Amino acid sequence: MASAPAPAPADPPPQSASAVRIRALSKSFPRGRQRVTALDQLSLDIAAGGITGLVGPDGAGKTTLLRLIAGLLVAESGSITVLGHDVPQAIEEIRTGIGYMPQRFGLYEDLTVAENLRLFGDLHGLDPAQFAKRQAELMHFTGLADFTARLAGNLSGGMKQKLGLACALLPHPRLLLLDEPSVGVDPISRRELWQLVRDLAGAGTTVIWSTAYLDEAEKCDDVVVLQDGRLLASGKPSRLIEEAATKAFLVPVAPQQRRQRQRALLAAPGIRDATLLGSHLRLVFSDGQPVTADNIVAELAAGRPTPPRLEDAVVTLLRRQVPADGRLLNTTGAGNIGAVAPTAGKKPAASEAVIAVDHLTKRFGSFTAVDDVSFAVKRGEVFGLLGPNGAGKSTTFRILCGLLPASSGSATVAGIDLGRARADARQRIGYMAQRFSLYGDLTCRENLRFMAGSYGLDRRRFVRRLDWAVAAFDLGEILDAVCNTLSLGHKQRLSLAAATLHEPDLLFLDEPTSGVDPLARRDFWLRIGLFVESGMTILVTSHFMDEAENCDRIAIVNRGKLLALDTPGQLRAGCATAALPEPSLDDAFVAIVRRSEPPAEQRS
Amino acid sequence: MNRLLRPRRLFALLRKEFVQILRDPSAILIAFVMPVALLLLNGYGLSLDAKNVDFGVVIEAQTPRTMSLYRAFVDTPYLAARPYYTDSAAEAALLRREIKGYIVVRAETIRNLANELKPQPYLIVVDGVDANTARIVEGYAVGVLGGWYQREATSNSLSNLAPGVQLEHRYWFNPELRSTSFIVPGLIAVVMTLVGALLTAMIVAREWERGTMETLMASPASILEIMLSKLLSNFVLGMMAMAVSVILGLLLFQVPFRGSFLVLALVSALFLISALALGLFISTIARNQFVAAQLTFITTYMPALMLSGLLFDIASMPHWVQDLTHIVAARYFVACLQTLFLAGDVGAILLPNALILFCFAVVFSLITLRRMTRNLEG
Repeated sequence: MASAPAPAPADPPPQSASAVRIRALSKSFPRGRQRVTALDQLSLDIAAGGITGLVGPDGAGKTTLLRLIAGLLVAESGSITVLGHDVPQAIEEIRTGIGYMPQRFGLYEDLTVAENLRLFGDLHGLDPAQFAKRQAELMHFTGLADFTARLAGNLSGGMKQKLGLACALLPHPRLLLLDEPSVGVDPISRRELWQLVRDLAGAGTTVIWSTAYLDEAEKCDDVVVLQDGRLLASGKPSRLIEEAATKAFLVPVAPQQRRQRQRALLAAPGIRDATLLGSHLRLVFSDGQPVTADNIVAELAAGRPTPPRLEDAVVTLLRRQVPADGRLLNTTGAGNIGAVAPTAGKKPAASEAVIAVDHLTKRFGSFTAVDDVSFAVKRGEVFGLLGPNGAGKSTTFRILCGLLPASSGSATVAGIDLGRARADARQRIGYMAQRFSLYGDLTCRENLRFMAGSYGLDRRRFVRRLDWAVAAFDLGEILDAVCNTLSLGHKQRLSLAAATLHEPDLLFLDEPTSGVDPLARRDFWLRIGLFVESGMTILVTSHFMDEAENCDRIAIVNRGKLLALDTPGQLRAGCATAALPEPSLDDAFVAIVRRSEPPAEQRS
Repeated sequence: MNRLLRPRRLFALLRKEFVQILRDPSAILIAFVMPVALLLLNGYGLSLDAKNVDFGVVIEAQTPRTMSLYRAFVDTPYLAARPYYTDSAAEAALLRREIKGYIVVRAETIRNLANELKPQPYLIVVDGVDANTARIVEGYAVGVLGGWYQREATSNSLSNLAPGVQLEHRYWFNPELRSTSFIVPGLIAVVMTLVGALLTAMIVAREWERGTMETLMASPASILEIMLSKLLSNFVLGMMAMAVSVILGLLLFQVPFRGSFLVLALVSALFLISALALGLFISTIARNQFVAAQLTFITTYMPALMLSGLLFDIASMPHWVQDLTHIVAARYFVACLQTLFLAGDVGAILLPNALILFCFAVVFSLITLRRMTRNLEG
């Protein structure tokens, strides 16, 4: 890796220690007749130099804050000082001092790499000699030197991201704003980008990196945690973890019982969090509060301590905010799903393969999206299809949903060959799309009635299933609310209700919890756990590795090929090295992908 | 140094626009394929002439004189005559919409005609569903009949037919009364309204959709530079679209051109600027291509077609609609183009209309410049 280009020497060092100073900042947007608050009386300081992680779920106000700092939005009240200048007044001075990379990188896809750079070089008024030097520097820095003549639209996600970064870096910014740079990028490229940004920060540039993922934020020098437009916490990750005063343990658990055990432990006093981690449960409890319940003490004795994480601290803070136990499933809908389980009573043998994919290949023209993939999913299993965008997950998914025909090979769902009777197969499948795909201007009840109608439920069955959905997903209060006004968490629950209303045997989930806060994610997976215990089979795609820990088995796909298929625990264990004794799934993914391809190919 | 307009940045933006135009087919599609398609469709479809209209001729008895009357209906290029022998057969054909009208020559009339050539009662029945065509068909039938009387009178050197007043028609500017000659210049104006506004509206909406507008706004480029780069690049495209339309009108539709091309270029330039600025204005409201296209159609194409005086005579509209036509820039462009094509460089018409077009261009540009703020609000 090349050394980071230093900021222009002519720039005077910032006057104050904070690069960005925000006081009582508020911003709201019109939505219909109402106004939605994006930022609410936010005050914070971002230290000069280093990487500050701006973290929070979708809708927390991350993008709004970055746009306000860049002068792209006008604040309603409060003040922003960037690099010693007040934002709306001295916007011209600020604009020359910041580099901004919006979501989706903001590149001109029909211009080449060199043309994109030249455009932004000219806009920033770099003189030709200066520009040539800077371009060479940045191309070397980002490893794009061999691709300057390629259209930006033909670059891979990771390369687009690097080009976006290079364009933002052209004018030697002292402040670099990156809006969710890791979205849609494979783990390897994400690591390379992180290293680039790390080098920049080391050379004195202040970086604000926004992300929905707490594991990414934990690596930053400082973090700012936003929730609903307010500051939940800020400071060094280590300090936040320390302040939360949590202890974490890994306890082994039998694979068949892990979900039951997880629910029982979540209900136990003193336990702050319990998450699945392969063949272990990761338990979090507060440092000062002794755990007295006998069964848990015994359980802990069998486990081993593990370092607490930023996510533990955020979960602690979030659970402190909500009314006691109000958001987690353990006290609300736990019994309900089980009591009215969709497939209760018709539980066939567990060994039966519900999904059988045999040498499946899908070609679009000369491009092979799915290349000879085979796997089988047993009843009651949570099966994960993991890989970066463009790996072939969605194509496989669409074939299994009967939305695309296969080029060769076969796919069978619930014993029905998708090549022959797609409509029959669809009746057995529930599908929850990544983005909210119900009608935003209908109420929850109207949406559910429509879904019931489209799956052919008669009136009596609909009334029965609606009662079930209201009880199981806690929809009572929002049943007659128009969907557009709902929070992301509510929308997600409604989507899951809509997907399971017709009592499917199989549930397909496409990136089910991307962008939601950690509590809503736990709530979601607990509900899924209950479905699984009632005999439902789950197929989930994700590029988010942490989510994959909730799966029983994972298929790792990259460039249409199936690279590995195993339990999360085994996949991680298979990649453990002396340097990295306890690799994360993300580490495992990187190792598996690197192993599968010659190093020369990795960049293209 | 001027902060709002630096040549360096403007050139960089312009270069980008042209590279995009060359690489992305959508601009080419709007600028060249759309005007050709619209002109062909409307130019052929929107003819107000009635030619070869199916028309029944009912002759109850055959004599040499009635045969010559029948021939008169056959010979006219405006009507396609079909013989019937009874009223009811012709009426049935009319009801089946096979003919637009028919004339009945009664046996009694035929007997009278055999004796002397005097005006006789005829029955002309016309399908009145389409009032416009009905009047035209009626006029043709009466005309054919009148012409036949004239010819019969002269060939038989009969003087007992009172000639009455002889009308000698002369139509100015469009002597053949070809509606194409008058519609096509107007159509060019309507098509250019749509093309101009659509070019800028769609291209800016695309930048919003792809998120590149956000990067531009975060860069030091000023709003004036961004707007100018869009206006100038699309101006070149728009003028080329105009040239294509004019060539099509001259070569394919055989519309005469009596003015000078220089004046045509000047007037078109003024109009195009106002259309492009309107498109930019639309793009400040609509940030995705679908809404932008819809808004452009509603705000440019429809008023231009209805209120520009192309299809409907402005003077015969209700007063409040007449007032409304004044804010349709296409109205003035239609007037200019029709004058340039059919009459020539008539300063008395071109100058005031061009002045109004200039005002439109300035006002739309200023409004748009005010509306376009360099942030993502709005």
